[in-house]
Amino acid sequence: MKEVELNTTTINFGPQHPAAHGVLRLVVELEGEVVQRAEPHIGLLHRGTEKLIEYKTYLQAVPYFDRLDYVSPMCQEHAFALATEDLLGIDVPQRAKYIRVIFAEITRILNHLLNIPAYAADIGAVTPFLWCFEEREKLLEFHEAVSGARFHAAYFRPGGVHQDMPEGMEDKLFEHFKTLPKFIDDLESLLTNNRILRQRSVDIGIISKSEAIELGCSGPVLRSAGVAWDLRRSQPYDAYDQVDFEVPVGKKGDCFDRYLVRIEEMRQSIIIINQCLNKIKPGPVSTEDNKITPPKRNQMKKSMEALIHHFKLFTEGYRVPSGQVYSAVEAPKGEFGVYLVSDGSSKPYRCKIRAPGFAHLQTLDHLSKGHLMADIAAILGSLDIVFGEIDR
Amino acid sequence: MIENLKELNELKNIKQKNFLIHADFNPESILKIFKTLKDENKYNFNQLLDITAVDFPSREFRFDLVYIFQSLKNNKKIILKTQIKENQTIESITSIHKSANWYERECYDLFGIEFLNHPDLRRIMTDYNFEGYPLRKDFPLTGHTEVRYDDLEKKVIYEPVKLTQEFRNFDSESPWEGMENKLFGDEKSTGEN
Repeated sequence: MKEVELNTTTINFGPQHPAAHGVLRLVVELEGEVVQRAEPHIGLLHRGTEKLIEYKTYLQAVPYFDRLDYVSPMCQEHAFALATEDLLGIDVPQRAKYIRVIFAEITRILNHLLNIPAYAADIGAVTPFLWCFEEREKLLEFHEAVSGARFHAAYFRPGGVHQDMPEGMEDKLFEHFKTLPKFIDDLESLLTNNRILRQRSVDIGIISKSEAIELGCSGPVLRSAGVAWDLRRSQPYDAYDQVDFEVPVGKKGDCFDRYLVRIEEMRQSIIIINQCLNKIKPGPVSTEDNKITPPKRNQMKKSMEALIHHFKLFTEGYRVPSGQVYSAVEAPKGEFGVYLVSDGSSKPYRCKIRAPGFAHLQTLDHLSKGHLMADIAAILGSLDIVFGEIDR
Repeated sequence: MIENLKELNELKNIKQKNFLIHADFNPESILKIFKTLKDENKYNFNQLLDITAVDFPSREFRFDLVYIFQSLKNNKKIILKTQIKENQTIESITSIHKSANWYERECYDLFGIEFLNHPDLRRIMTDYNFEGYPLRKDFPLTGHTEVRYDDLEKKVIYEPVKLTQEFRNFDSESPWEGMENKLFGDEKSTGEN
């Protein structure tokens, strides 16, 4: 019998590693410096969100969604709100739909403004990180203005949004988004033609069209492979059918394409927000049905019925007709879905969260095969991995 | 789309709402039906979105096993549901959809459903050496063990959960649904007179 000597080294990467974007443990099998196999061990941030939601009313479940993908909180509340509204069979007012679209897009820009510089930092550029954080801070002020919180907003609720935008907010948003395209140009001048960035990302982690579909990729990862698929376009929800925008697609599906797709998505988000600001009209921001949304504070001072509604809503919650539904939104990272099962009580019977990053991380082994160890950092960064949503 | 799906005898209770189709199937026919749905051009459900389960402890067929697929070409999503017993196994679909690998591991980890012919059926979400299936309804929300760093032993140790306050789960559900949103005499206002 012939003896075969294996020349592979197995190393452990993480769970604490700056390029792991959180708590990822990777067991990497190397031959020299070339990756043969990369096996992610996940679950280090598993908090049992789905189990916790089964013990909370529908309204109390909303904040858990902020804490999944903690860099794009509002998009996830959006999926849960849509799922609950679908089961309840209610429609939300027009103004709420536009507000949701505006803030979903602000969240998308926020997410990409974190991912792009973090990715750049992973492969050697520090300045974009500082620039983007300044810009993020300005956008987070809008988050704070409407919800009172910079990150954990709990702003999109079943039935609409929690409260109307403060007065003069439309003008402020309009003014701000006049300046943002210039910032994106500046950011691109640092990165797009940067030799180091290109050397580290072009032709790294290539995924083909059919593989991307087969492996369950969505969002920028799927689009970078050349599939023009965007839930905002193909299965529009809220006011996305009222706005006009383009879906950027890549050609090769490598890390550089994913970066370019994200840059262009930010520009398209600005276009969407501007259209919404032009179309938005005054009006109610949540369903008028006090069985689902709480009555106004001043009503509660005068009306006994409003007081009872308020008490019932915040103790028992509202009952949702039994049924099951799957609602998905185009979150910044890809298709974020909520599969909700109701048994007719005021708490969800089962709430399964479909996180885009879960499918993306699964492709890591496929993407990194044959690349160098250092490329794993680039691939992880370009997949936009956040462990809050993967581990749930 | 819905007419095409009705041609498949294995699918029952087909319903459609907007972009979403619901259907039930038999656990024995899983490989055949999923292969047809993926490969035939008129269905083309080629992207697996999710696999999950729902626990109904009082039923004989304890688990609802749920598969969600998407067809990019036909712009449709389909939720396929089947019922299985507690110790029943089901065929893994990793041979048809590669991405099922982690989803099935997750189902195994959190519900204890075993998938036959899965390449690598290990726990995925929970801790190494974890016991029990957390998303089953009979698993307590607080769990069974907790970890802390022990200063004497200089290592992290596991011990049974000690709650400083008893776990409270208030049942605020009222036994009555409340008055119908209608007052006596309302029917007169919509009448002919």
